[in-house]
Amino acid sequence: MKILNRRDFGVAVAAAILLPATTARADDMDVHIDNFVFQPAELTVKVGTTVTWTNRDDIPHTVVSAGKFRSKTLDTDDKFSFTFTNAGDYKYFCSLHPHMTGMIKVE
Amino acid sequence: MSGHDHGDDGVSRRKVLECMTWAGTGVLWTITGGVPRSLGIIDSAQAATAAASGMTFLQISDSHVGFDKPANPNALGTLEEAVNKINAMPAKPSFMIHTGDITHLSKAAEFDNAERIISQSKLDVHYVPGEHDFLDEDVKFYRERYGRGTRGAGWYSFDAGGVHFIGLVNVVDLKAGGLGNLGAEQLAWLEDDLRGKSKSTPIVLFAHIPLWTVYPEWGWGTEDGGRALEYVKGFGSVTVLNGHIHQVMQKVEGNVTFHTARSTAFPQPAPGTAPSPGPMKVEDARLRAMLGVASVNFKQNEQRLAIIDTPLQG
Ligand SMILES: [Cu+2]
Repeated sequence: MKILNRRDFGVAVAAAILLPATTARADDMDVHIDNFVFQPAELTVKVGTTVTWTNRDDIPHTVVSAGKFRSKTLDTDDKFSFTFTNAGDYKYFCSLHPHMTGMIKVE
Repeated sequence: MSGHDHGDDGVSRRKVLECMTWAGTGVLWTITGGVPRSLGIIDSAQAATAAASGMTFLQISDSHVGFDKPANPNALGTLEEAVNKINAMPAKPSFMIHTGDITHLSKAAEFDNAERIISQSKLDVHYVPGEHDFLDEDVKFYRERYGRGTRGAGWYSFDAGGVHFIGLVNVVDLKAGGLGNLGAEQLAWLEDDLRGKSKSTPIVLFAHIPLWTVYPEWGWGTEDGGRALEYVKGFGSVTVLNGHIHQVMQKVEGNVTFHTARSTAFPQPAPGTAPSPGPMKVEDARLRAMLGVASVNFKQNEQRLAIIDTPLQG
C-alpha cells in the first residue's frame, strides 16, 4: 500500500505541474442522472473543465452532443467524462430517451 | 384498469391486486371474420375454441434479459415462466411476435440467453427491436440474429391467416427532445408495402414504442407515428401492437385498435404517477401474487376494450 500511495502522489504532483490552473480538480463538475433527468440540467463552466456524468438510474442512459461527444451506454453507476477545451453552448441528450436533454455552457 | 371498483365490497383488495398485476405472459390473438381479437392465454377454453376456428398468435414483449435490479433480480426467470405458460396452452398458437427489448444491454450473452429460453416455445417468432437491443457499438447483434430478410434497421412485412403483418422499427435516429422515430425511408417503404392491398385486408402493425402518443413527457409516443397511421386509415381493420411502457393500455379510434403489452421483466408506473418511467419496485412477497396475464376482449360496436387481469396467485 505504501508503494502505491507514493506512486499516486508522484502522478498527482506531475499532473499539477503540467496542467494550467483552470483544470485543477476543484473546478471539475458532476452531473447526475436520476429519474431520467440530468441534474443540473444546465451547467456553466470555464474552459478546461472536465464534466463527469454518473447514471444513478436502474435503466441505461447515454450522453450525446451531436458532433461533439458521445458516451457509451452507461449502465447503473457508470460514469462518462468530457473535458471542454472550447467555449460555447453544448446541448446534449440521451439517445435512448431523447426527451432527456441538458446543456453545458463553457465560457 | 379503468372500470375496476375499488369500493369496500369485500373483494376490493383482490381487485386492487388485479389492477396491479404485471408480468405479462403474452396476449393471444385470434382472427375471427378477419378481425384480430385478443384473448387471455390462461383461458384454455377460449383459446381452444379460437384455435379451432382460425389462426391465433401470441405477443410477448420487454423481456429485458440481463436486468437484475431489485424490481426483478431475475428477468430471465420470469421470461422462462412466461414460456412455460405458453407451452402449457392447450392449443398451440401459429406464431409469436416479440415487440422488443429482448435484452437489457444488448450483450451477446443476453441475446444467447433470451434465444435459449424463447426457443423452448418451439414457435416461430417475429421480432422488432427495442432501444435496449441496439446498444452494442456496431448495432450488429440484433441484426445478425433477427435482421435477415428485413429492410433498413429491421422493418419487414409478412402475411399469415389472411392478415398482413408489418413490423416497424421506431428506436433509431432519435432526435434530442423528441419521441420515437420511424424516418422518411421507412415511411416510404410502408406506403409502398400497402400500395395495391385490398382495403378489406386486416392489417397488424407492430413496433416497440407506441405509434400513438401515450405520454410525451416520458417519451411514450412516436414523432412521425401519425404518418404511418395515415397510410392505414382506409383499411377496414387495423390493429397496432407495441411494448415499451410495460403495462396494458388500449384505445379504439375508428377502425384502429391500439394495444400495448406488458413486460415479462418488470412493471413501470402509469403515466405521470411517479417521478420517472423507471422500473417500479414491489415487495418480494407480493411479487408472485402480482404476476398475471391480461385477457383483452375486443367487442365490436363498443368504444372500450374489456380487460380482465388475472394474477397467477392470490
Ligand atoms: Cu436515457
